[in-house]
Amino acid sequence: MAKRASPEVNAGSMADIAFLLLIFFLVTTTIETDSGINRKLPPMEDSDEDVIIKEKNIFTVLLNGKDQLLVEDELMELKDLRQAAKEFLDNGGDRSCDYCAGAKDPSSSDNPDKAIISLKNERETTYKTYIAVQNELVAAYNELRDKRAQSLYGKPFKEMEANYNDVNWPGNKEKLKEKIEQIKLDYPQKLSEVQ
Amino acid sequence: MSKFKKKKDGGIPAVNTAALPDIVFMLLFFFMVATVMRQNTLMIENNLPFADQVEKLDKKDLVMYIYAGKPSENYKQYGTEAKIQLNDKFADVGEIAAFIAAERASKREELIPFLTTALKVDKGANMGLIGDIKQELRKVNALKINYTTKKGSVFGRD
Repeated sequence: MAKRASPEVNAGSMADIAFLLLIFFLVTTTIETDSGINRKLPPMEDSDEDVIIKEKNIFTVLLNGKDQLLVEDELMELKDLRQAAKEFLDNGGDRSCDYCAGAKDPSSSDNPDKAIISLKNERETTYKTYIAVQNELVAAYNELRDKRAQSLYGKPFKEMEANYNDVNWPGNKEKLKEKIEQIKLDYPQKLSEVQ
Repeated sequence: MSKFKKKKDGGIPAVNTAALPDIVFMLLFFFMVATVMRQNTLMIENNLPFADQVEKLDKKDLVMYIYAGKPSENYKQYGTEAKIQLNDKFADVGEIAAFIAAERASKREELIPFLTTALKVDKGANMGLIGDIKQELRKVNALKINYTTKKGSVFGRD
């Protein structure tokens, strides 16, 4: 019997097939954005009793229909908002907060626990500006928390949260959670929206 | 001189393309893995705003998406005002409650408290519409929301 040499399969067109598939997936791919600013809405139940909050403990931010910003009855540029919010939150007017680095101005907020930021927008405000303002206010809180975490535990708050959410993080999660809660308690995020 | 001539008489050798399929396959696998097939066909413009204090939304199955924005080119007949889109069609503010109820019914009961509503809203939309959506969400007690944004600085964009 003559030994038959099996003919080589021609793989030259494999690249073409792969290209075809590749182009299909390239066209159908949408890298979806799945990150954003988390917020919690207030529950619906309306209590009749009015909570009395001192005027000085409220930081009013007003966004009008022309996307202009009125902060504590003064016009303000968006870029100054973060600093202003930080100064307000970190003021510590009643001197009960020993970690506050603010001016201790008695006419501004008493302590971070009492300080409330109130955000009001009109129907004509554009979403983009609203998000920008939300972002700046959240940034003010985050920066203060970062600073606090740095002084207490030697690492920024963001890193602690990232560690907490990381499954592969080797440290003690219980302790870390306690620390995170402590910092959240020191600078609670009290951001209310007026309807 | 003859030495140089000898080398040249084979002509330029053909480039070896044997590794080409491998490279293409590599790219192919990357895109296959990275692809998320879109659940909804968008009928609206959905140009998300930018923010940099963002948190990641994990647990994709526990997210309900509400889209809003101007109707896109193909749906001009619906006007130029920003509209809400739920699943694959335009919806009124009043339909949100039913949508949330339907989403909740499709999930296991113990997961319902962890459901998050992601608002994917075009950056040009008015806050009036979003205020209405939020009010509606409060009514049905879907309080965890997420304003989906692109990651980037909020300044210097227009």
